[in-house]
Amino acid sequence: MSGLTRTEVAHVARLARLRLSDEELDLFTVQLARILDHAADMQSLDLAGVVATAHPYDLINVVREDVVRPSLDRDVVLAAAPDAEDGCFAVPRIMGEEL
Amino acid sequence: MNATAMAERVRRGETSARFLAEESLRAIRARNEELNVFLHVDEHGAMAAAARVDDAIARGEDPGRLAGVPIALKDNLCQVGVPTTCSSRILEGWRPPYSATVVERLLDAGAVPMGKTNLDEFAMGSSTETSAFGPTRNPLDPTRVPGGSSGGSAAAVAAGMTPLALGSDTGGSIRQPAALCGIVGVKPTYGLVSRYGLIAFASSLDQIGPFATSVADAALLLEVIAGHDPMDSTSLPEPAPSLVAHLDDGVAGRRIGLVRELIEGADAEIVTAVERAASVLEAAGATVVELSIPELRLGLSAYYLIAPAEASSNLARYDGVRYGLRVTDEDVTAMNEATRTAGFGAEVKRRIMLGTYALSAGYYDAYYGQALKVRTQMRDAFKRAYRDVDTLLGATTPSVAFTFGSKTNDPMAMYLSDVFTIPTNLAGEAALSVPFGRGEADLPTGVQLLGPGRSEARLLAAAKVLEDVERGS
Amino acid sequence: MTLPEGWEMVVGLEVHTELRTATKMFCGCANVFGAEANTNVCPVCLGLPGSLPVLNERAVSMAMAIGMALHATIAPSTFHRKNYFYPDMPKDFQISQYDLPINSGGYLDLPDGSRVRIERAHLEEDTGKSTHLGASGRIHGADRSLVDYNRSGVPLVEIVSGPDIRSAAQARLYASELRAVLIATGASDGRMEEGSMRIDANVSVRRNGEPFGTRCEIKNLNSLRSLQRAIEFEAQRQVELLEGGGVVRQETRHWDETVGATSTMRVKEEAEDYRYFREPDLVDLAPDAAWQQRVADELGPMPAERRAAVVGLLGEPSDAQRDAIDVVIDLGLERFVHATHAAGGDVAVALARVANELAAAEDVSKLTEAAFVATIALESSGQLSATQAKTVLADLIASGGEPREVAAARGFEQLSADSLGDIVAALIAANPDEWSRFRDGDDKLAQFFVGLVMRETKGRANGKAVIAELHARR
Repeated sequence: MSGLTRTEVAHVARLARLRLSDEELDLFTVQLARILDHAADMQSLDLAGVVATAHPYDLINVVREDVVRPSLDRDVVLAAAPDAEDGCFAVPRIMGEEL
Repeated sequence: MNATAMAERVRRGETSARFLAEESLRAIRARNEELNVFLHVDEHGAMAAAARVDDAIARGEDPGRLAGVPIALKDNLCQVGVPTTCSSRILEGWRPPYSATVVERLLDAGAVPMGKTNLDEFAMGSSTETSAFGPTRNPLDPTRVPGGSSGGSAAAVAAGMTPLALGSDTGGSIRQPAALCGIVGVKPTYGLVSRYGLIAFASSLDQIGPFATSVADAALLLEVIAGHDPMDSTSLPEPAPSLVAHLDDGVAGRRIGLVRELIEGADAEIVTAVERAASVLEAAGATVVELSIPELRLGLSAYYLIAPAEASSNLARYDGVRYGLRVTDEDVTAMNEATRTAGFGAEVKRRIMLGTYALSAGYYDAYYGQALKVRTQMRDAFKRAYRDVDTLLGATTPSVAFTFGSKTNDPMAMYLSDVFTIPTNLAGEAALSVPFGRGEADLPTGVQLLGPGRSEARLLAAAKVLEDVERGS
Repeated sequence: MTLPEGWEMVVGLEVHTELRTATKMFCGCANVFGAEANTNVCPVCLGLPGSLPVLNERAVSMAMAIGMALHATIAPSTFHRKNYFYPDMPKDFQISQYDLPINSGGYLDLPDGSRVRIERAHLEEDTGKSTHLGASGRIHGADRSLVDYNRSGVPLVEIVSGPDIRSAAQARLYASELRAVLIATGASDGRMEEGSMRIDANVSVRRNGEPFGTRCEIKNLNSLRSLQRAIEFEAQRQVELLEGGGVVRQETRHWDETVGATSTMRVKEEAEDYRYFREPDLVDLAPDAAWQQRVADELGPMPAERRAAVVGLLGEPSDAQRDAIDVVIDLGLERFVHATHAAGGDVAVALARVANELAAAEDVSKLTEAAFVATIALESSGQLSATQAKTVLADLIASGGEPREVAAARGFEQLSADSLGDIVAALIAANPDEWSRFRDGDDKLAQFFVGLVMRETKGRANGKAVIAELHARR
């Protein structure tokens, strides 16, 4: 068993910016645990010497020239915004972090 | 009429693109309400595209290899100005300001996009039942699913609404619905078709591919959309392969491996169909050997960690700031949460949760890291198999089209319907599903042909051998 | 300010520098500062669904140039996604480099003779920028924020130093020297006021000989002065806290320039969980020897070497001259000083003119080295006054040309020695008292006569020539 707990599921929901109801929390804890248990067949393998594959192909150095291409029209860009003001995307106040 | 014939007749001036577009619109109107295939029918855009084709013909120009052929687009492909939802509330109403590379290539070839088809939300599902806009019904039996996630595109072709459609395949999302709807579906080699403008589910697994009623049409469509694209860093640095020219190459001299793990647990009729396909190929001159690739059994586990992990990151951008749904709340974090909670359906949330967990500190090595190593093993196992044979043969799905609701309460049961298709995505290789045989309730079954990267021409030629036998030609 | 006896601070700096590419890191949008909001954006840098990144070749070259300048090892590298939600970040992840950065190891030698190790210098993308509406302009207290994505996707190199810095002054010296190096590579303009170079400081304190203490990260250090003051304040704060029996919490602190203090921004209760994983939309980066060689070939000498070359021309430069040399090196204008030296001209005068008149100019491309050297020669020989020489240089910078012609066009024609002698003789005759006092040794009166000559000649006379004439008649 993966031993996945309800607390962990709640923590993951916070990381993923999802609010889960109590019922969803219970359901997801059970369902995710089942999926993770299925993955146990994989975890029992000794893959210590195996290299990880993140990409299907070994392409390298795919780059483009540093040449300017047209940008989008701002009106088009902001037309999609749920809220815009003064040529910018508007959002409710930002708490906490400041970069 | 198939796409190849349509394009030829349009190019010869024997029919018009407008006429074909109107015919397509008629077919869509006749059954769309019942089947829920198209989320958006782009009548105006389609007629304009058709008019451009007809005008080109009138000027004596060649509008391209898909001249006037109506085509359906899975609604995770961006087309400028056309609503694109991924079947999710979170993107409802969004009109992309740009087009996917494949859409541009279709238009350049004279194809006529008719609209956007239903899918499982963000392509996460195997039945279209997770669509926020209701499931698509299988045109062959409306009490059953068309498969998924590209269920709408498969159904559009199966219902005769369009002769061609594009889908995307992350773990079987083209091949499985093709099998369940009785049509041809190809999952191309990773990198063969540009992903630019395909809304990502799992970036290292996603590939766009064709649906068609015949192997020849699928080859034609794939040739049009394939080839290097500088907008996609993972695009193979080579032009589109020659496919149509090799359709009649046959299988003489080929070594084909019937893979035990790719029929394991399938319905008896499906196993029979695969075995019959093996003997047809043998009769056509191939050598068929039975073989086992035990690593394939690990595919499902690896897939259900890798795909959700990538998805959890790819879907972070739906935060209510720049486009799509926003549910207001007191601060930006609360707004993000309210928006995502309201905008995503249960399956998407489940996979985001799973992926976030698999990547999170303390679990990465045990889950995601281990899955990437299994992926390596899968690639190596395929490579070993291809030292002995050049093509693999198996079933596309374990069963025929299932009824609505039969797997929705058990995610694991739903995930298992992709067990035969997932390994190809993990390896980044090529595979297709071709209709062959009948199963339960006289529903179609699909046979899957698999090959190494860039083996599409070979797979299509083998599929053509099966198709010819099945059609008695 | 120094820490109390027995205490030592340990500082490491993380410097982010924007690269001076024409386009952004992963798309063809222009990389420029100060454009109207959201005008340099496209599907890629807005993170629109379906968009994909393609790496800017020049950004890679510039990152390698920085690595080479810092004696780092350039190695095959990969890109990762750093996942966290922030409205400035359109994909809600940042593409960065994680376990395999393009540059690792290296060092920077400071003018005071110390050496600071460089742990890594990796590529990543910048975020957009938000403006906080509300009373304070800072995040706290704002009701609403406006986001501009023009900066989103601008290429950055993050240079992480080792924990080798032991004083606030040394931190400042490191940042200043690094800035000069970055400018010299051509990869950065080093403009801290525009945010193109930004510094975070990791500060901890310890009693001499003890292991490293808990560190705090200070953000928002947008000038060298802020950097030095903030580190001094923070180290002092930590020492006072520890001496008072308290403990330092690991946290991120904000430097407030007006208050002159750091304050808590967020506490790192649990390690941030960025869920790094390989960016599947990008392939590996492994610049081959030929590419690295092209970058190396374009890399000129670094500031330390160039500075030493100018110092060598002056012998024992004053502090003011050392500052002038820093300015000249930053702007890459030392060729004018070297040309003056080669022509046997007055290096001190040349340095002063380059550090002032040339440094103030937007663009000196119209000024040839020969014209500059000739102008300095005219000034040194007394044919042009200092004021006239500055005017001539300004004209040469603006429009090019030859200094003699420019001087003539300005009417800076030298008075002939004869006519100057006549004027001086006439003025001596008209002011006998002042002349006798000057003859008696009151040198201050020289200026009196210079003033009269200037008035008489409408400024065309050369002061030095007038004084020479006075002394000749004394």
